[in-house]
Amino acid sequence: MSSSPLRRTALDALHRSLGATMTDFAGWDMPLRYGSERDEHLAVRTKAGLFDLSHMGEITVTGPEANRLLDHALVGNISSVGVGRARYTMICREDGGILDDLIVYRLGEREYLVVANASNAQVVLDALVERATGFDAEVRDDRDAYALIAIQGPESAGVLGSLTDADLDGLKYYAGLSATVAGVPVLLARTGYTGEDGFELFAAPEHAEGLWRALTEAGAPVGLVPCGLSCRDTLRLEAGMPLYGHELGTSLTPFDAGLGRVVKFEKEGDFVGRAALVEAAERAEKNPPRVLVGLVAEGRRVPRAGYPVVFGGEVIGEVTSGAPSPTLGRPIAMAYVDAPHSVPGTPGVGVDIRGKHEPYEVVALPFYKRQK
Amino acid sequence: MSNPQQLRYSKEHEWLSDAEDGVSTVGITEHASNALGDVVFVQLPEVGDTVTAGETCGELESTKSVSDLYSPVTGEITEVNEAVVDDPSLVNTAPFEGGWLFKVRVTQEQDDLLSADEYAAHIAG
Repeated sequence: MSSSPLRRTALDALHRSLGATMTDFAGWDMPLRYGSERDEHLAVRTKAGLFDLSHMGEITVTGPEANRLLDHALVGNISSVGVGRARYTMICREDGGILDDLIVYRLGEREYLVVANASNAQVVLDALVERATGFDAEVRDDRDAYALIAIQGPESAGVLGSLTDADLDGLKYYAGLSATVAGVPVLLARTGYTGEDGFELFAAPEHAEGLWRALTEAGAPVGLVPCGLSCRDTLRLEAGMPLYGHELGTSLTPFDAGLGRVVKFEKEGDFVGRAALVEAAERAEKNPPRVLVGLVAEGRRVPRAGYPVVFGGEVIGEVTSGAPSPTLGRPIAMAYVDAPHSVPGTPGVGVDIRGKHEPYEVVALPFYKRQK
Repeated sequence: MSNPQQLRYSKEHEWLSDAEDGVSTVGITEHASNALGDVVFVQLPEVGDTVTAGETCGELESTKSVSDLYSPVTGEITEVNEAVVDDPSLVNTAPFEGGWLFKVRVTQEQDDLLSADEYAAHIAG
């Protein structure tokens, strides 16, 4: 662990005044929870929750060849993303290993905002800068330029709508626009990581506190609460969304992670990792890799990342994330398991929980899907 | 957060009541339950088991982590709190009352148990 002091977001004092339990997350001092993480989780599922995500890594890519650079640097077909839209994609190493999963917003014809995980922000920045050599494009570290606040949950559109003239009805999932919210200029995107409808607001750090307070006030009547990273993790787990360092990492290619669809071989020009990913795709076709599945506990003991998945005394996989699910009321997990045991309903699968084999049901992901 | 004066405390954040007819009640402190977050599973010793002062005798599982439960005394378990097995959130909502964990017929205490004030200083330090 690094001994450098933890970084604090623009909302740090506010979190402390709200009594947040803080935690070290990727070098940032972040709110883990304000009260009960279960209550925060359920508020997002049924009402609305407010998150400080200012630790995420923003990188702006601009210039005449910004789209060519991103097509080269990332595995997705970024030049095909429409202005005002966003795309989930990945950045891989030359050997196909996943460096990070990203959301790329196309802000203009020649302007993109790449959002990296906090833990990988520097790695992604360095890779993009290196891969920009020879392209007429600028890669700019904008981590200090943005605070990021997310409002998530079924009431979020209503709450946000009371603070902005922006056309929220016209704003699709994975789209973004420039807007004014509570008098503050923001990039307003309909994205999130909770499985609910919701929005992410990129704003200048000096506006973060005013924006947070305005959203808190507007959301109070419908039950909006501040939410920490703890419930963010259980929300994304229920929604079956991968987390870097758990379901994704440099030892896996997108094909090993079951996310081969994000790799676009048909795009023009070469891209970093292409040759290795072609091989990975063929390998996955011939010899199916372990499959990411959902596991639901029959009992109450919680599987944790790294615990072995077992069948008849043999290890057939490994848990990547696990937690008690507030929505299902039972412990759930994501796990990579050998393909023959990956079919939903496969009998006899268990998790080795500190030496005891506890029975688990194999289910398809996600565990939770919102009703639209 | 106030720690009841009539209880004694271990550095591992268990509390121990004074013995009645040789039997003491054990739970974890509010400080510990706050640090754990929402408790979702408890594994307790069984009635008749012998527990040993300073050694693990169960598990407390919260959303984020698993913690060992230590016994502050040596003795035989006379009762476990079935209510907390059924509803582990009692550990969070009433750690000193309905969230107690087990009763034990004490043969020997851990020798470094703390008073309420000493425990308050321990967690502050």
